[in-house]
Amino acid sequence: MSTLALIDAVADYGHQRVLGPLNLTLKRGERVALVGKSGAGKSSLLSVMHQHWRGRGAALMPQELGLVASLSVFHNVYMGALAMHPTWYNLVTLAKPFRRDVAAIRPLLERLSIDDKCWARAGELSGGQRQRVAAARAIHQGGEVLLADEPVSALDGPQSETLMVELTRAYPTAVLAMHDVELALRYTDRVIGIAEGGIALDAPSVQLTAQDLLPLY
Amino acid sequence: MWHSATVRLSLGFVALAIFCLGIADLSITAHEPWHELLRLLQGLVQPDISAVDDLGVALLRTLAFAFVGVGLGAAAGFLLALAFRSRLVRSACAFVRAIHELFWALIFLQFFGLHPLTGVLAIALPYAGVFAKVFAEILEETDPLPEHVLPAGSGRLSALAFTRLRDAWPHLVSYTSYRLECGLRSSAVLGFVGMPTIGFYLESAFAQGHYNTVGALLLLFYVLIATLRLWVRPLLVPVYLVVAPFCLGSGLPIVWSNVSRFFTEDIVPAPLRHGEGVSGLASWFGDLMAHEALPGIWHTLVLTQIALVLTGILALVLYPLVSRHFFQRRFDQNRTHRSGNAKPGNRLAHLLGHGLLVVMRSTPEYLLAFILLQLWGPSMLPAVVALAIHNGGIIAHLVGRRSNEVNLRPDAPQGLERYAYELTPRLYGPFLALLFYRWEIIMRETAILGILGITTLGFYVDSAIQEIRFDRAMVLILITALLNIGVDVFARHLRAKLRLRHTANCEP
Repeated sequence: MSTLALIDAVADYGHQRVLGPLNLTLKRGERVALVGKSGAGKSSLLSVMHQHWRGRGAALMPQELGLVASLSVFHNVYMGALAMHPTWYNLVTLAKPFRRDVAAIRPLLERLSIDDKCWARAGELSGGQRQRVAAARAIHQGGEVLLADEPVSALDGPQSETLMVELTRAYPTAVLAMHDVELALRYTDRVIGIAEGGIALDAPSVQLTAQDLLPLY
Repeated sequence: MWHSATVRLSLGFVALAIFCLGIADLSITAHEPWHELLRLLQGLVQPDISAVDDLGVALLRTLAFAFVGVGLGAAAGFLLALAFRSRLVRSACAFVRAIHELFWALIFLQFFGLHPLTGVLAIALPYAGVFAKVFAEILEETDPLPEHVLPAGSGRLSALAFTRLRDAWPHLVSYTSYRLECGLRSSAVLGFVGMPTIGFYLESAFAQGHYNTVGALLLLFYVLIATLRLWVRPLLVPVYLVVAPFCLGSGLPIVWSNVSRFFTEDIVPAPLRHGEGVSGLASWFGDLMAHEALPGIWHTLVLTQIALVLTGILALVLYPLVSRHFFQRRFDQNRTHRSGNAKPGNRLAHLLGHGLLVVMRSTPEYLLAFILLQLWGPSMLPAVVALAIHNGGIIAHLVGRRSNEVNLRPDAPQGLERYAYELTPRLYGPFLALLFYRWEIIMRETAILGILGITTLGFYVDSAIQEIRFDRAMVLILITALLNIGVDVFARHLRAKLRLRHTANCEP
C-alpha cells in the first residue's frame, strides 16, 4: 500500500445526502486530523473510509466505542485479533484465554493504566476507562490505518496525551476526528476541515494555528 | 375514554364474544357435576401416591421427552435463527409452529407408531419453529456496532461468539428455560395420545375413577414445575441432556413399510388413489369443506373469541394479586416511604396470589379441559374455562410483573381507585399486546381441544384419523395451520396499528 484514496465518495442518511461527493487521498505515514463542528459529516466520512478500506487493514474506533459490555476488558481487546487466529482458538479463548495472549495484552493495558481492570467487564467501567479499552483493541488489532472518532474525548489532559502517543506510535497512518484543535495540531501532520458534508480546508498542520480553524466551528 | 381506539376495539371484541356466547353450546350435561368436582378436590387433598405403581416412570418419561424435545428444538431453532433472513426459512418456521404438537404427534404416530421418536419430534419440530423466530428477534436486538468494528477476516463463528451471541446469551438462556417449562407441559399432554408420560397415567386414572391417583399425579406435576429453578442449574443441564435420550423408554419398534405407505398411499386424497381424476377430487374436497372443515372452522372461531375475551377479563381481574402496588412484600416496605398497606396478612396474600397464578399457568389447557369435561360433560364450556384459566394466569402474571416497573407518586389513591385510575390505564397497552399475542396460541389450543370431543377442527382431524382417512386429516390439519397463520398476521396488524409494543422476551 502506498496511498489510500476515496473517489467521489458519498454518504446518505435516509434520502438525505450528508456527505460528498468528495475526493481524498491519504499517503502512507500521513496522520490526518478531521475537524469541523458536530454534524458536519466527520463520523460519516470515517465510516465511509472504513467501508472502503476495511479489507485493506483499516481499524475503526467509533465514537460509541463498540465494546461488548458483558465481556471482560481482556476479551474486548483480544477481539482486535480475532482475524489472526483460527476459530477454535478464538472459542477456547472465550472460555479460557491462552497465556501468550494475556502476556501480549497485559503490557498494553499497563501503558494505558487500566491493567488493574483486565478481568473486569467492560460494562462496569467508567467512560474514560471504556475509551481506553476501545483504543487498546484498535492498537492490538494493528494494521495499515487507524480511523478513530474522538479517541480521547472522555479523557483528561495527561491521559489523553498518553493515549495519543500510544495510538500514533501503533499507527503511523491515521485519520483522527478531533474537537480538541490544539491537540489535533500537535499529533497530526495534515488537517482536513469538514463543513456541510464537503472538504472546506486541507492543509499541513505546521502551517496552521488554532486560530485558523475557528471559522470551521 | 370512548374516543380511544384501544377502548373501542376492546368493546368490539367483547360485543363479538357476547354474540358468540349466544350461539355456542355451553350447557353442563353431567348428572352430578359438583359431586364429581368435590371428589376431585378430595383426591387433591388426599393424594394416594402408592396407587400408581410406576409414578416414578411417568415422571422420568415426562422429563425425558421434555428435555430431548426442547433440546433438539432449541439447537435446530438456533441454527435456523442464523438463517432467519431467508424468506424460505421464515415461512417454513411459521408453518411448523402453526401446527400444534399434539397434531404433530398424531401425524408421527401414523408412521413411527408408539416409538419414542414420535413424542420427541412432536415437541422438537414446532418448538424449533418458535425458537428460530424468538432467537432471531433476540439476536436482532443486540448492538450491531461491536461486530461492525471487528477486523476484516474474523471468522463468522468467532465474530458471532464474541459479539452478538455474547450480548444475547442471558436472554437466550432465560427464554430457553421458559420454554423448558412449556416443554414439560407439552410432554405431559402427549400422554393423552399414547406417549408414556404423565398424561397417559392421568387418563387411565380418570377412566377408572381413581381420583386419589389423579390428585397425586397432578400434585407431583405442580411440584415438578414449581421447583424447576431448583433442579435445572446451568451445570446440570448438559448432564440432563446427555442422560435424557436414554430415559425415553423403548416404545414399539418403527415399521418402516408404514413410513413409506403413509407418504405414498395414506395421505394421497382418496379420489386420486382410486383414479377418479380431478372431478372426483373436486367433489371430495367440496364434501370435506362443507361437512367438516367449515363447521370446524366456525366452531373454532366462536370458541376462540369467547375464550379470548374471558382470558382478558380474568387477567385484568387477577393481575393485582402479583402487583406490589396492591400486595406489598415485606422487604419492600422499608424501601418505599409510604407503604400504604402494612397489614401482617399481606405477605400471606402475596404468597397465595402468586401460588394461584402459578397453578393456573402451569396446568396445560388440554389437561384442564380434559378434567372439566369429565366433570361437566361435553360442551364448549369446559374448553372456554380451561383456555381462560391457563392463558388468563399467564397474562395476569406478565401484566403484574409489568406493573411492578411502574412508580406511583407517594400520595396515589388506594384500592379500587388505584386500580382504575393509576394502574390499569397505564398497563392496558401492554396487556392488549400480550392478549393479541396469545390470540394465535388460544386458537391453536382451541382447535386441538377438539380431540376431546368438542366440535372444533381437532374433532374432525381426530375422527378422520380414527376412520383411517389420513388424506382428510392432513387437509384439515393444513387448514388449521392456515387459520392460525391468518390470525397471527391479523393480530400483528392490529398491534402495529394500535402501536402496541411488545418485547420478544416475555412471550412464549
